[in-house]
Amino acid sequence: MSEPEKPAAGTPPGAAPPPWERDPVTPQWQDAAEDPLVVALRAALPSAVLAARVMAGDLTLTLERAALSEVAAALKRDHGFTYLIDICGADYPKRTPRFEVVYHLHRLSDHRRIRLKVATDEATEVPSLTAVFRAANWPEREVFDMYGVRFAGHPDMTRILTWEGFNGHPLRKDFPVEGIDTGAAIYPEYYGETAGPINKAGTGWQRKSAEAAPAAAPAAAPAAKPAAPPAPPAKPPGEGA
Amino acid sequence: MSETSVPGEPPRDTLFDLREMEVNLGPQHPATHGVLRLKVKLDGERIVDCYPIIGYLHRGTEKLFELHPFFQNVPHTDRMDYVAAATNNLAYVGAVEKLLGLTVPPRARYIRTILAELQRISSHLLWLATHAIDIGAMTPFFYTFREREEILDLFEDYCGARLTLNCMRPGGQPYDLPAGWVEKCAAFVDKFPAKVDEYEELLTENRIWKRRTVGIGVLEPEVAIDYGITGPMLRGSGVAFDLRKALPYEAYGEVEFDVPVGKNGDTYDRYLVRMEEMRQANRIVRQCLDKLPEGPLMAKRPRVVRGAADAEVYHGIEGPKGEIGFYIVGDGTTNPYRCHVRPPSFINLQVVPAMVQGALIADLIAVIGTTDIVLGEVDR
Repeated sequence: MSEPEKPAAGTPPGAAPPPWERDPVTPQWQDAAEDPLVVALRAALPSAVLAARVMAGDLTLTLERAALSEVAAALKRDHGFTYLIDICGADYPKRTPRFEVVYHLHRLSDHRRIRLKVATDEATEVPSLTAVFRAANWPEREVFDMYGVRFAGHPDMTRILTWEGFNGHPLRKDFPVEGIDTGAAIYPEYYGETAGPINKAGTGWQRKSAEAAPAAAPAAAPAAKPAAPPAPPAKPPGEGA
Repeated sequence: MSETSVPGEPPRDTLFDLREMEVNLGPQHPATHGVLRLKVKLDGERIVDCYPIIGYLHRGTEKLFELHPFFQNVPHTDRMDYVAAATNNLAYVGAVEKLLGLTVPPRARYIRTILAELQRISSHLLWLATHAIDIGAMTPFFYTFREREEILDLFEDYCGARLTLNCMRPGGQPYDLPAGWVEKCAAFVDKFPAKVDEYEELLTENRIWKRRTVGIGVLEPEVAIDYGITGPMLRGSGVAFDLRKALPYEAYGEVEFDVPVGKNGDTYDRYLVRMEEMRQANRIVRQCLDKLPEGPLMAKRPRVVRGAADAEVYHGIEGPKGEIGFYIVGDGTTNPYRCHVRPPSFINLQVVPAMVQGALIADLIAVIGTTDIVLGEVDR
């Protein structure tokens, strides 16, 4: 049932053991500044590529955020990277800026894969790649939905997996795993926008019962708002209340 | 409101006020294969615009990955594309192996290839059954589910589960093939090509089937690449891109198989491509059964595995629906710091609005069927 204990069949004594019997070798970062692709990109777009490293065969380029769409267009036009495989975000709360957006590109001629990375924070928009690759549309919406990273020039910058009005960005490291009281999003007039995970005081429901604030039952018609609603939502549309 | 809103058709005089109508298809609709909702703008029976709304099945799988050790995450992958669990497992364990630097022993690689190809057949059988029912052909359903049952029986004999298999571990395979499994599988493989002929007899030259699929939902190769489409959807348009050939993993570099491609990029060509893929998958299983090497099943690895700090890998494989890939970031702990899924259904669904512009609403059903989406994977 559990671990197989059979010895490798047919290994002569004294020979080097096969790779699966040796200790695993974890991949390491290697510098890739001499890679022809990196050299060509640096020549065409100076100061766009901040770092070039390789891990496990995948070239990783850390890019200047403003130069992202130029680099992507150059890769597509001059270097044959016509395939945008995927876009995803990542949250590193200890870094400044906090978020990272990761792109994977593929070249059909020799099946080479590269990874592009840009760093950003909540306030700074990342250039959208929808003008270069139409594939970027939904993945960018997903990054916005999950991390709150906005993309400049995206035709439809709305949430995609959660609903309009959801309060928070679920894949951020400070978003509680147990979830939030989604009533906070549905009834912003009762819960306010601080009811989400950003507020350490707890979810909207917990806060409300702790304060035991408005005496009037919130079950009343939504038209009849309580006299003193909590902080009114001041976020731009699309972010949700 | 416009009277010339049908692209490619001349303006026509109308007796009645021609108004566009917005119709909601789904989320509870049998032809949307789950909880897909489409806002469709119609001009008569012609589709002017289509806007998919997804997320009804969002369960935060990527957040769950961050909470569990590398080895406990395999069952989460089962529940994304729940009709193709083995290929999901394979993509995930492949990414973890790349991150940890593990080398899988040959016998485990062959068993994985067999499981993945059986899964491809079973996923395509389910696609054929539901796609044919959507279009109005009831009979193929009964034939394809007969063979799908046998594949699920094989899975059950191997790992005890029929759908959510959890049949792979980072580093190798958890168990060897049980006694008699190879013979049972070989018996299935021997008779399966005749079964594919049987399905083809029902559909390939069927006049109604051709009227409903030929020239419907045409996807040009350049458009498909621009939209990042992978899998049979892409190969139906004539682009011979298959990760099993392009970047061989497991035992695919050691077996022979062809990559079928279509010509016109329509629903009918994608149907033909998938039918041929089932035959080729069968061929791969046959070769793997013949070549199945002896030896250990699990690579040497520490009891507690930790992803190296500041390490990140991406590993993609050819799933039944397209490229399924995992991007994993390690931070020196036993859990992935970040584990992102590249779901083929999600990316492929993006192109549906472009494929149905100006089509009839009945063609929308055919296009959703040919896209072969599983909403568990679209929404994760």
